[in-house]
Amino acid sequence: MAESAVTLTTPKELERVPLVTNDRKHTWITDKVSSIVEERTPLWWWVAFLPCSLIALIGLFCIGYQISNGVGVWGENKTVGWAWDITNFVFWIGIGHAGTLISAILFLTRQKWRTSINRAAEAMTLFAVVCAGIFPGIHVGRVWMAWFLAPIPNANGIWPNFRSPLLWDVFAVSTYFTVSVLFWYTGLVPDLATLRDRAKSRVAKYLYGIFALGWRGSNRQWRHYEMAYLLLAGLSTPLVLSVHSVVSFDFATSIVPGWHTTIFPPYFVAGAIFGGFAMVLTILLPARLLYPQLDDLVTRQHVDKMSKIILLTGTIVGYAYLTELFMAYYSGNPFEKFTFFSARMGIDNPGWYAWAYYVMMFCNVISPQLFWIKSMRTNYIAVMTVCMFVNVGMWFERFVIIVTSLAQDFLPSSWRHYSPSWVEIWTFVGTFGIFLSLFLLFMRFLPMICMFEVKLVTPEADPHHEPKKEGQH
Amino acid sequence: MAEYRKIYGLGAQFESAAALMKAAEKIRDAGFSKWDVHTPFPVHGMDKAMGLGKSWLSTPVLIGGAIGTLTATLLTFIPSWGIYPMIVHGKPFNWATLPAFFPIMFELTVLFSAFTTVFALLIMNQLPKWYHPVFNWERFSRVTDDGFFIVVEARDAKFSETKTRALLEEVGGSHVTLIHD
Repeated sequence: MAESAVTLTTPKELERVPLVTNDRKHTWITDKVSSIVEERTPLWWWVAFLPCSLIALIGLFCIGYQISNGVGVWGENKTVGWAWDITNFVFWIGIGHAGTLISAILFLTRQKWRTSINRAAEAMTLFAVVCAGIFPGIHVGRVWMAWFLAPIPNANGIWPNFRSPLLWDVFAVSTYFTVSVLFWYTGLVPDLATLRDRAKSRVAKYLYGIFALGWRGSNRQWRHYEMAYLLLAGLSTPLVLSVHSVVSFDFATSIVPGWHTTIFPPYFVAGAIFGGFAMVLTILLPARLLYPQLDDLVTRQHVDKMSKIILLTGTIVGYAYLTELFMAYYSGNPFEKFTFFSARMGIDNPGWYAWAYYVMMFCNVISPQLFWIKSMRTNYIAVMTVCMFVNVGMWFERFVIIVTSLAQDFLPSSWRHYSPSWVEIWTFVGTFGIFLSLFLLFMRFLPMICMFEVKLVTPEADPHHEPKKEGQH
Repeated sequence: MAEYRKIYGLGAQFESAAALMKAAEKIRDAGFSKWDVHTPFPVHGMDKAMGLGKSWLSTPVLIGGAIGTLTATLLTFIPSWGIYPMIVHGKPFNWATLPAFFPIMFELTVLFSAFTTVFALLIMNQLPKWYHPVFNWERFSRVTDDGFFIVVEARDAKFSETKTRALLEEVGGSHVTLIHD
């Protein structure tokens, strides 16, 4: 069926930029990607892993401290009941979205350049969702009661409120994590088989062998495998859009000025992809620097395309910010107007957190505009700088939404300042330790690049490709 | 044991995806049914070259997804409408509250579909299967690197150790090897 398109006489096509540069062969791809896992642990890995895991331990200590002492050890008060906890939750879950976008949406839209970055991006998704999941779990205070979130028949005969967006969130985030794990593992199986077949030590062969499930690359298997991959991509695409929409419902269905808007779902999804791509680049650019052999797989073309997505989504986010301001003005609602123009922008009334609003505006809207210039999109220092701004800006976006709306809401007598305690700060820093430690472990033990998919985009993989004569194997 | 081992089939290696595809078409035309090609990545068009139809994996997934929707419907309505009605914001708790349950219905549909996809994939591919006769062939380990193989099973009615070997060589296979169970 698909063949019929080929038989048409097509006009002379412009030559595409190859996805794998320098015409690398399949064995070369296998060798270079597997060697990252197979070589002796490099010194830099320990230099990076030890501090990261130490920071992760500090984070875990803070979580333990908070659980044993109660949420009072955080800086929240009766007016500002959500602050860094939910800011961090939304920040991390948003980061995860880029991985799913790369693995699912770019797959459905046949963006073949995704093949060399999807594995790492999906891994990043999982680790970001792990970090995200910590916060709603511990912010409930009595963590041992968190199982009440699940609709389980219990002796008290109590059921959760299925109409609450907070419960939708439980379903959305847990489904998202589970489906991401399934998708990621399905993609890993053929590459685990590669590591199994190359493994020298018995232990490695045994372990990779178990997880490779006895994969033998037979076409009768690939046939179902490709269908499964397509289905999982098709399922993940609406799922990823739903997850951040549901997260935004946590705010949008309330009546707090600054939260109660219909623009939230698309605005949150765009922001999530925006922040997620920045984080993908933040971890891929150093990885590429440390493993120069990957230059032919993760090329400048990839960085260029991801920068374009950052520019696009950053501009959508900027548009959403302006829409919010316009709606606040146009609504004529004094509380909405106060939240946006006074509390956030600081016009006519010094907003307590106006500085955060301008940090957010600069980082998210102004800084990515640099990517209109082509030379900036392929300049790694420029890209890394913008990505750092975006990482900061997206955290501040959630802080602005949550804290400025709550701290100065309807009744001036109940306004309260909020500042984080050391426990909150170190819990947040700790999640970076957890995230980076998990990612470093992933780099060390699993193939960072999806080898079989990269082989698939080489010209030799095309069954109609006429090979140039070369030495036989 | 080593002297008397059952023959699993004959394996042959091919140079490239293109060569493998041409060979597969010929094996298909020769009327074999119990055979397979092994490749490092899915070769597009190979299903047709082998005479296989479209994967029917989507059928169980549709059923799984429908069960997910049904589960979510029951999970939300039984407590809300039946055993534990909760009036919040003065909103309805009977059938009229349906839109408020859409997010959960959607999520469970996706969750059940994804699990069905993975489990149906494993069942249809008969995985995990940590032992398989083809692993006895030393050369076969290249299948996860850059090797392209055809394996014809001995239980195929048309299988003959000499004739099939000749056929595999004729269609361009090299290193034709007898694989034991």
